[in-house]
Amino acid sequence: MQMSLHNARLKRQSVYDTLFRNLTRLAAFGVLVLLAAILTSLVMGSMPAIHAFGFGFLTTPDWDPVNDKFGALIPIVGTLVTSVIALVIAIPVSFGIALFLTELSPRVLRRPLGVAIELLAGIPSIIYGMWGLFVFAPLFADHIEPWLNQHIGTLPYIGPFFSGPPMGIGILTASIILAIMVIPFIASVMRDVFDVVPTMLKESAYGLGSTTWEVMLSIVLPYTKVGVAGGIMLGLGRALGETMAVTFVIGNSHELSKSLLNPGNSISSSLANEFTEAFGELYTASLIELGLILFFITFVVLSLARYMLYKLGQREGKAA
Amino acid sequence: MIDLYTRRRIANATGLSIAVLAMGFGLFWLCWILWTLLDHGLPALTGKVFTQMTPPPGSTGGLWNAIFGSLMMTVVGTLIGTPIGILAGTYLAEFGHRGWLAPVTRFINDILLSAPSIVIGLFVYEVYVVHVKHFSGWAGTIALAIIVIPIVIRTTENMLRLVPSTLREAAAALGAPQWKIINFVTLRAARAGIITGIMLAIARISGETAPLLFTALNNQFWSDNMNQPMANLPVVIFQFAMSPYTDWQNLAWAGALLITFSVLTLNILARVLFRQSASTH
Repeated sequence: MQMSLHNARLKRQSVYDTLFRNLTRLAAFGVLVLLAAILTSLVMGSMPAIHAFGFGFLTTPDWDPVNDKFGALIPIVGTLVTSVIALVIAIPVSFGIALFLTELSPRVLRRPLGVAIELLAGIPSIIYGMWGLFVFAPLFADHIEPWLNQHIGTLPYIGPFFSGPPMGIGILTASIILAIMVIPFIASVMRDVFDVVPTMLKESAYGLGSTTWEVMLSIVLPYTKVGVAGGIMLGLGRALGETMAVTFVIGNSHELSKSLLNPGNSISSSLANEFTEAFGELYTASLIELGLILFFITFVVLSLARYMLYKLGQREGKAA
Repeated sequence: MIDLYTRRRIANATGLSIAVLAMGFGLFWLCWILWTLLDHGLPALTGKVFTQMTPPPGSTGGLWNAIFGSLMMTVVGTLIGTPIGILAGTYLAEFGHRGWLAPVTRFINDILLSAPSIVIGLFVYEVYVVHVKHFSGWAGTIALAIIVIPIVIRTTENMLRLVPSTLREAAAALGAPQWKIINFVTLRAARAGIITGIMLAIARISGETAPLLFTALNNQFWSDNMNQPMANLPVVIFQFAMSPYTDWQNLAWAGALLITFSVLTLNILARVLFRQSASTH
């Protein structure tokens, strides 16, 4: 009697165990379902556009809602160009910040300064957009762009990229604001991977008479290069998908222009501006296909980022 | 001719000065943006903001319906997303030692963590708004919940991994079944860290605009019906800031100040809380 009661209780607990385990497994599985659902719904939604334009969609610069002719070239180029310029600005700055935080900063300041940089990532992107439109763009138009026009716009080769009407809004403004937004992401990954460099390795280099700068360039950076690359890819992923800040300052014009001072468009800003006002099946489907392309690009970039960071983590595991 | 030693010293000094400048560069933007917000937002932040509805162009009003809508969608979105995130995070940390599901989920989750939020908006539009045929507070809430899930999964898993396995073994030795060990021992030990994650998730979604554009849209009037388009701060800020009316722009600055300082306060609180709990361990 006693024994069977005990068995029943044990059995009940093991039923609870199975239930709980399967509940958590279901939730984890839900993440995969979510990704599959996102992909499926985007593909389904963009079917009319895929049928109508095929692969030509990627290389056509037309964007003519009235005649139902759509091509993704301008937004794709806008997204890639703004993100790449943003990285060109953000990488050296992030490296400097990570170097400062890991090697130079007084110990007391290390934490507050690190938090301050991370807060830069906490500011919502719409705030960057507003600030960019009302504060940064006018200053940029009045002071920086005329200077660029006069001094860099006249140079051979790179000149055409920097000449144009000083309007304040355009590709370059969007890139600079994007750069400010991704700096905290790249800098905090760099700081974290710099911290895993074994102290002994650095001290050996110092012992041989290296300067701090030399230790950074020839010990820390080579040791962490995979992680640093991962952090940069992570920042790139952020920059590619950034919406509100870009929408405010990029100018939203479907024109392909050589000059970075001219307004342009990106995938996310086209979506934010046009989606709720899109009329007709093909217009909506083309916008959804833009979203699909954006998701695909960021998926590839972020996968690479994770792979690189994972590789670094693996090596760290081996060394320990 | 400068000798090698001097050249190295100069390179070092240059490099390190650039690092200091880079740090200043980062802080400069933070201060500039915060100052702008205070400068434009504080004069606009009157009592009316919290008591009146969003006005038509050219008249005065407040942001009360938008504040309410934002709170409503953020709270409900967090309530939906958090349990799913905690369960999935628990699976990754406690059960995911074998098999393919855990590594794949971890990878996909890390990607969803930084996926463009506007794509989440498109997704909810496609699977929900198209079928019910109108924008609604629920659609916005679902989009926000989808953003919460990966953040909570990530922090839950990380925090559970920090719990020493001796704690689990001790509970198992006392005869506790696994579901009790996890619910009453490990999850409880990781509580502070998980709450930090939830706070960071709340901070993230309270400023999100892009996923709400195609889901909750906006509503100029008071609405507590989640099946109707719902006013919310980020979209109101977007609409008002882009408008040519000064009244609207001023309200947008007031809203921007409100959002930014609540988000930053949440961020700082989360860090303080986490640090305190870490130091007591």
